[in-house]
Amino acid sequence: MEQLFQQAINGISLGSIYALIALGYTMVYGIIKLINFAHSDVYMLGAYIGYVCMTKLKLGFLPSLLISMALCTLIGVLIEKIAYKPLRNATRIAVLITAIGVSLFLEYTTMAIAGANVRTYPPLTGFMNMSFEIGSVSITMMQIIIVSVTIVLMVLLQFIVKKTRIGKAMRAVSLDSDAAELMGINVNTTISFTFALGSALAGAAGIMVGNYYNSINPLMGMLPGLKAFVAAVFGGIGIIPGAMIGGYFIGIVEVLVSGYGNSMYRDGVVFAILILVLIIKPTGLLGKNTREKV
Amino acid sequence: MGNKAKSNLAIKIILLAATFVIIQLLIFLDVINDYLQATMATICINIILAVSLNLITGFTGQFSLGHAGFMSIGAYTCALITLRNPTLPGFIIGVFAGAVMAALIGGIVGLPTLRLRGDYLAIATLGMSEIIRIVFLNLDSITNGAAGLQDIPQFTNWIWLFIFTTGTVLVISNFIKSSHGRACISVREDEIAAEAMGINSTRYKVIAFIIGSFFAGIAGALYASTFNFIDPKIFGFSKSIDVLVVVVLGGLGSISGSIIAAVLLGIITTYLQAFANIQMILYSVLLIIIMIFRPQGLMGSKEVSLSIFSKLGSIIKPKKGRA
Repeated sequence: MEQLFQQAINGISLGSIYALIALGYTMVYGIIKLINFAHSDVYMLGAYIGYVCMTKLKLGFLPSLLISMALCTLIGVLIEKIAYKPLRNATRIAVLITAIGVSLFLEYTTMAIAGANVRTYPPLTGFMNMSFEIGSVSITMMQIIIVSVTIVLMVLLQFIVKKTRIGKAMRAVSLDSDAAELMGINVNTTISFTFALGSALAGAAGIMVGNYYNSINPLMGMLPGLKAFVAAVFGGIGIIPGAMIGGYFIGIVEVLVSGYGNSMYRDGVVFAILILVLIIKPTGLLGKNTREKV
Repeated sequence: MGNKAKSNLAIKIILLAATFVIIQLLIFLDVINDYLQATMATICINIILAVSLNLITGFTGQFSLGHAGFMSIGAYTCALITLRNPTLPGFIIGVFAGAVMAALIGGIVGLPTLRLRGDYLAIATLGMSEIIRIVFLNLDSITNGAAGLQDIPQFTNWIWLFIFTTGTVLVISNFIKSSHGRACISVREDEIAAEAMGINSTRYKVIAFIIGSFFAGIAGALYASTFNFIDPKIFGFSKSIDVLVVVVLGGLGSISGSIIAAVLLGIITTYLQAFANIQMILYSVLLIIIMIFRPQGLMGSKEVSLSIFSKLGSIIKPKKGRA
């Protein structure tokens, strides 16, 4: 039983990371129907920016987190302006290939600058390094930080999307971008803003993973990115709460499978569940079935 | 008309035979060294992969991100057979067994998942190919797990590559010209309209998927036999992406486009080897630039046909009637 609690705690921390990345995927997909493959590399860059802040500039966790989020926002918007905006009216698959190109570009540029080898984050110090023991269940401060930062960011995101003008514009564009444009909404600004939001979340996820697992490398985004996307699809792509549920679900399943079963099959189980969900409910858990019209 | 078709066919056969003989001669004269031969093998394998994925994604409009999975089935089947029976018949059996296995799994995977649309299908096929990879990774006793299979007997040479590549292109382009192929294209254009015309869209999607997987299996088998070594890492997500890049770069729905893109990319990567450390950066920038300036791919959905040559011919020498 205690082991189960321990696994659940580990799963929730990992799930928070997936959820943060998944939110970026799902928002971008919701608004321009693009699987933004470069998103997982923004997350990787977030980890590297955090690394530079914490080792070279000797900053604390919180300022590093904010710098990382800010720079990732900038990178996300730049990617959108340079690579995706010229393709606004092209086929979706062309934009997808561009996204793959951007993803490769970010990975290998980082590799050329920072080297392909694994870098380790500085060890946590002070209260960041504390851990609490409840029975035999241990919770580290970093896990608490990950979960609370994630919750704060999600609440903030919900607030932005539901209560602000730009959030309303985002929802309008994702529903029908032509109609939104006719209503005087600046579609391009809204799309850029969506990229900014998603990239900020990815940056936060990146620096937290760096502190949690201690090691980062230029290709670290690939697999978590893939799984975060699976999480987004699992919850119903384009739906913000869906991405959160999907992220936590995948995190917990993954930890449980490696804890109780064979960790080699961890990713296999995740994908198998995904396929089952899609076959039973093709638009994801929270997705609405839209009827085909001629 | 019949005469023209016949003479076109004759020209095609002559062109093919000439390509084959010239390259065989160059290999014989050692102009094409081992390194270039490996590049050529990669190009041929990429052509097979791209043309077969083009049937699924370009012609039938089903977005698949799992081509590497079917390739790996072909590779492992052929490798296991040739390791136990390292003879030429063993190789041929291996290639076809690999293709049939890949087609079988393609059918089993395709039947439930092809009900999904667009990106959901893409992600389901991606999941399937990851599952296939993880299974290969864990079947230690058969596949030797992460270490992979080594010392796979090498049987492929230019002759076999040529036979299988032209075979693939011929079968798939003839399939597309058949009524079944037309049905596949109609599913891509408008599924509801196709259904209304009495086309069983699921059936044609599955057929395209099975044929595509079959040839992906052949490509995998050739890969195993060319490079003597396979492990599950080779057939990961990025391999599927590589194939998709070739298809989109060449133009969705253009077989000649896929061939041209595979050859071009092969040549580009060979030249980029000189800049090893920034090779992938240049490649990705090139990819982005091509997509921004030519989002429909190099060929769009057009094909290279012999009419280009006859046009050229009529420019060079005026037609007989006029003279």
